[in-house]
Amino acid sequence: MSLDARVPIGPLSEKWTKCKNELKLVSPTNKRKYDIIVIGSGLAGASAAASLGELGYNVKVFCFQDSPRRAHSIAAQGGINAAKNYQNDGDSVGRLFYDTVKGGDFRAREANVYRLAEVSANIIDQCVAQGVPFAREYGGTLANRTFGGVLVSRTFYARGQTGQQLLLGAYSSLMRQVERGKVKLYSRHEMLDLVLVDGVARGVIARDLTNGNFEKHAAHAVLLCTGGYSNVFYLSTNAKGCNATAIWRAYKRGAYFGNPCFTQIHPTSIPQHGDYQSKLTLMSESLRNDGRVWVPKQKGDKRRPEAIPEGERDYYLERKYPTYGNMVPRDVASRNAKAVCDEGRGVSETGQAVYLDFADAIKRDGREVIRQKYGNLFHMYEKITGENPYHTPMKIYPAPHYTMGGLWVDYHLESTIPGLFVLGEANFSDHGANRLGASALMQGLADGYFIAPYTVGHHLAGRKLPKVSTDGPEFEEALRAAKGRVDRLLKINGKRSVDSFHRELGRIMWDKCGMSRSEAGLKEAIAKIRALREEFWNNVKIPGGNAELNQSLEQAGRVADFIELGELMCRDALNRRESCGGHFREESQTEENEAKRDDENYLYVSAWQHQGDDKEPTLHKEPLAFESIHLTQRSYK
Amino acid sequence: MEKKLNLTLKIWRQKGPQAQGRLVTYPVQGVSTDASFLEMLDVLNEELLKKGEEPVAFDHDCREGICGMCSLMINGQTHGPDRETTTCQLHMRRFKDGDTIVIEPWRAKSFPILKDLVVDRTAFDRVIAAGGYASVNVGNAQDANCILVGKESADRAMDAAACIGCGACVASCKNASAMLFVAAKVTHFAELPQGQPERYKRAQAMVAQMDAEGFGGCTNTYECEAACPAGIQVTTIAKLNREYLKSSFAYAEESKSSEGEG
Repeated sequence: MSLDARVPIGPLSEKWTKCKNELKLVSPTNKRKYDIIVIGSGLAGASAAASLGELGYNVKVFCFQDSPRRAHSIAAQGGINAAKNYQNDGDSVGRLFYDTVKGGDFRAREANVYRLAEVSANIIDQCVAQGVPFAREYGGTLANRTFGGVLVSRTFYARGQTGQQLLLGAYSSLMRQVERGKVKLYSRHEMLDLVLVDGVARGVIARDLTNGNFEKHAAHAVLLCTGGYSNVFYLSTNAKGCNATAIWRAYKRGAYFGNPCFTQIHPTSIPQHGDYQSKLTLMSESLRNDGRVWVPKQKGDKRRPEAIPEGERDYYLERKYPTYGNMVPRDVASRNAKAVCDEGRGVSETGQAVYLDFADAIKRDGREVIRQKYGNLFHMYEKITGENPYHTPMKIYPAPHYTMGGLWVDYHLESTIPGLFVLGEANFSDHGANRLGASALMQGLADGYFIAPYTVGHHLAGRKLPKVSTDGPEFEEALRAAKGRVDRLLKINGKRSVDSFHRELGRIMWDKCGMSRSEAGLKEAIAKIRALREEFWNNVKIPGGNAELNQSLEQAGRVADFIELGELMCRDALNRRESCGGHFREESQTEENEAKRDDENYLYVSAWQHQGDDKEPTLHKEPLAFESIHLTQRSYK
Repeated sequence: MEKKLNLTLKIWRQKGPQAQGRLVTYPVQGVSTDASFLEMLDVLNEELLKKGEEPVAFDHDCREGICGMCSLMINGQTHGPDRETTTCQLHMRRFKDGDTIVIEPWRAKSFPILKDLVVDRTAFDRVIAAGGYASVNVGNAQDANCILVGKESADRAMDAAACIGCGACVASCKNASAMLFVAAKVTHFAELPQGQPERYKRAQAMVAQMDAEGFGGCTNTYECEAACPAGIQVTTIAKLNREYLKSSFAYAEESKSSEGEG
């Protein structure tokens, strides 16, 4: 099958308008005849479900948490980008588009990114209309701040809780549709399989996590809005429950997986401490607006940070990148932190940390100004580390945070399975090989509020979708498969906990497929992951049964999928013998150890097709063509 | 500096919604003071697993204090001893070697126990569905800066909107009242111009749903404020009471004139 991205022809700035004009419409009275399933209730899922409900479709929303309001979008701190140019600093749709494509190291689909920039302004309008309490100036207008990789202030924020407020906005719209009877909620439910009828996505198999009941749900379209897969690294900034099961089952049913190796390691997380650690906590990138990153010039300098005089400190980002300084994109900041730690100049007991210092900002602006901007983050930092960042520099280190890769989708956000749409972080589309700060919220809401509601309608109006019954053979087969898998897991009754497998997988991925990747390392990782998978299916221990709330069982299913996904990530990383964005191949670097892209050979999206559990997946390539942008090696100097 | 603690845990175990529950004692050794409270429970669960016992079920997700999923009554205090701190952000350095820690689920009629420490808080979703929103469809919004909001109002709205919906206010209240939760949402909208059109209807509908869910009344003991990890203040309850009272008059008028809506 050849990949048709369905990008409209014509000038970049007119593509989305043209596309919308040509999309088929479902008449208002017919909308109530269509059922739509939305998996996941984060920004993408909640906004899509609310919008589709408003239009009159019958929507079912599934989430594994006890309430849709808990989806992990809620934890995004810093803000959301939009090309409003409210600061009169020369921002525009074109500039947001360019920054995003460049930030992604020219590995995103140009037309998708342009559309994202185009609708960004509508998102802010919509959120304000919903009552999202964005930060304001005294005159009552919206406030902005700046983020990494850009030279304008286009980021809108609600203290350090922007994700929370945007999600609660989408959640409130969603609950309004629940009240109207247009959306039905299935919380504490997990999707375990996708059901295809005549090659079209027509339903899902879900498990009620409170009692283990398997359910069959039919629909005319299925939307996966289940976020990313950073938890493949075990330790990440994701919530503990974040998982790849829905997209992985869809992959196994035929949806292609796009750029699985493109993962983002965020530069400013609280460093790891003990073996019992369960997650890494992010400190918002916005802190880099006022914090200065440094390490001692001397290797192994064990003095307290305050005791190290100015002249013996290396503000390495300011030194190497004078234009962007501490605000370089995330991949650049992370790689440089790793480099100085590898040189032996890292701080803290582990040597795996760098300082983020607010002393100068506090001296310049006063403690109160800093408290107003970052109070909750400082508070959180102190809670976790027991150190007060008003007095001593924060210690930070990179952590897995976001996955640019995801299921391959075309311009309609439809996967290679007709009727299966993928929104938000779960798809691969807009961020290329590295995502800029404050762009994830933008993409989730763009997909859910402004894109999917149109394109899903086109699918419904344009395809023949005969009535399907959940008693049909396809549903029965998928149900048997899902049940069989759970039975198999419960029967293993081995010796090792699910968590121990997850940790081991995480270590392999972090060491070999993390911030730095090499051919030898990746091959080794693939072999180790295969062995781990073998052991998992023979030696995992899951207490309890199916017919109850069983958190070990839930986790086991997710870890089993992560193990398989980890292998695909390594395979993709192995194939891409260039460095780009967050994907750094040791074999491909410049003399200054910066990432070296290879546009001649790798100017494409990798789209992997599943061929069977023990067969190698097939690689398809979607070539990337840049009509309006001149390709350059990124420079933030 | 990191230290190791030996602790005695008394944890509520309950097989299912209908089952009889009881406190079970578990000793745990060598808990790092740098570990979070939930990581301490992770360590316990790994040990139980090794012994062939079923791990303790508890709700958690983001583990950074914002999703509102974690919910433990620790030594009789919701989210434990620290103010404005969720259970997941509580760290073991807060405890002493040799301590006994009693861990229970939220207890309220409207939050039935599902298993061990896991409770059902969907009542909160239904309260929000009753009116915790501004009714604006996608596509209707004007330019964001057409709606001016003074910084003070915006800040007050944000203070109230910071609620994470964890339910600690209910669990800490002797009446199991959800007034603080409802008040936070009503205040958030009442402070903003976007919330004005449905201001009275919202107060009426959310309070009615709160009552229908079986939450108790407020008797001004302020436990909820002390328990709230998001720092929501009881002044919001005073605000809710004013909104509710005003709406009792105004809403009757409003509903008469809005009958043609559809």
